Amino acid sequence: MLLNIFRQKSLGVSVVIFFLLLITPAIIPKFYTYILAVIFVTALLAMSLNMLVGHGGLFQFHHAVFYGVGAYTAGLILVKTSWPWYIAFAAGPVAAALIGFVIGIFCVRLNRLYFGMLQISLGSLVWAIAFRWYDMTGGDDGIHGIPMPEFISSLKSSYYFVLIVSGICIVLMYLIYKSPFGSTLQAIRDNPERCAAVGINVKRHQLMGIVVATFFAGVAGVLFVTVEGSIFPDLMFWVLSLEVFIMCLLGGWFTFGGPILGATAIVSLRTFVGTYTEYWTLILGVILILLIFFLPDGIMGYNYREKIRSWSAGRAVRDMK
Amino acid sequence: MLCVEKLKKSFGDFKAVNGAYLTVEKGQIVAVIGPNGAGKTTLFNLITGQLQSDSGSIVFNDENINKLPPYKICRKGIARSFQIANIFPRLPVFRNVQVSVLSQQKLSNKLFHPASQMAVEETNHILESVGLLDKKFDVAGSLSHGDKRALEVAIALGNEPELLILDEPTAGMSPEETTATMSLIQTLADKQGLTILFCEHDMEVVFNVAQSIMVMQQGHTIIQGAPEEVRQSSEVQKAYLGGA
Repeated sequence: MLLNIFRQKSLGVSVVIFFLLLITPAIIPKFYTYILAVIFVTALLAMSLNMLVGHGGLFQFHHAVFYGVGAYTAGLILVKTSWPWYIAFAAGPVAAALIGFVIGIFCVRLNRLYFGMLQISLGSLVWAIAFRWYDMTGGDDGIHGIPMPEFISSLKSSYYFVLIVSGICIVLMYLIYKSPFGSTLQAIRDNPERCAAVGINVKRHQLMGIVVATFFAGVAGVLFVTVEGSIFPDLMFWVLSLEVFIMCLLGGWFTFGGPILGATAIVSLRTFVGTYTEYWTLILGVILILLIFFLPDGIMGYNYREKIRSWSAGRAVRDMK
Repeated sequence: MLCVEKLKKSFGDFKAVNGAYLTVEKGQIVAVIGPNGAGKTTLFNLITGQLQSDSGSIVFNDENINKLPPYKICRKGIARSFQIANIFPRLPVFRNVQVSVLSQQKLSNKLFHPASQMAVEETNHILESVGLLDKKFDVAGSLSHGDKRALEVAIALGNEPELLILDEPTAGMSPEETTATMSLIQTLADKQGLTILFCEHDMEVVFNVAQSIMVMQQGHTIIQGAPEEVRQSSEVQKAYLGGA
């Protein structure tokens, strides 16, 4: 029954891609395996943000904070306590959702850009704590060489761990996207005033959306720790937030899978162009300008636009008959 | 059922609503008329909570609903449509209505159930009653003006309201569309026993359909009564003919 909501074609494609990704580490060099793992983590982060930006219409400008909180929580528990790994891994997303809830309470009172501005300031506060609290977080050095549990200590095993966990998360997010909660969130994006008039508690719904999205950002943070084995304040710096925001726009923010594409594009760009020149953002800038002119709804959004166009055209034809 | 008394609201120095009185009995169709700027829309916005009144009372089913937020007022059983088509432009027509049906059934917070299988029958039924069933997969933003207005009403019906408030349901419609909309309103009242409160410019429409008419001028109520009574009132004639 649940499978019904996946469109046949996209379900097939996703399953094929998933199995391809399962066998790739056997064929490709280690470095590319690592890059792929980074792409999965980043894609998960971008998708969690898109849940708010694209589907919820909330300008969550500083989303990386929750990624960082997830990573720091897991990392610190692994380093500073003797608690088992699974507690550390579970604590990451929970802590992220908790911080998301606290920051969200203040932010949902405001609209649009004001929401985003308050969100940046409160988020930067969290960054400042991680940056300044040397004894606890290692300040701007961060903490490196975080001990990982046996089963994910090698690159290959952590690759599989990241692939499976982010796969599960993406399926969960798709279910949420298609659920009454998700469609109500999209309705709020389109018209919050109207939603209030049909009996929806808009602010509470948005807050719930923030908690869910920041939870998944926390999962991405934990996954980052399993790949890198380190934490540092750049994980929650606003520059990363901006990058993730661009991934959503680039991939297509009104689509579900767009951010995966956006994350892949930007991580690849950073990795491959970044080795030639540190000005790789220059190319990113040019791409963005072209995007705004030619694909304002993002790469996957192009498809969506065409669909609307063909729907409208179909109706016109029907009306003429 | 609904009783508004001494309601006031001003924006700065401008008194948009300045002493409005309105009574709506269960099962009635009540119209609010008045010249442009008389405060009709503001009155509706006060009743459904989009605006907060300065003073006065709004009592619905023996309960004071004045100054409650819109979503709470909706949950008490008042749904409304807006003067400017206020829909969810990026969502398909079906989803537009389903959102309010799900909200009515308190299912909006379900996280992992597929929405495509919920409240389908109810939603289809409403779409059928407003004549939009064959367009249910169209994106709402691509509908024609008349269809958007019909969708507007359909969204409000999703809440299964006791009292349905329609803000100029026929604004910008062709004569044919106006007739169709008014007969829809009539049908809703007759078949589903809905109580309907609406405002309108078109006098003919109002006097044909409404059982009780409230006349507003410059923010205050001149009279509320049966159509005949209102037609013969000298004050109403003065307001409309003698200029404000």
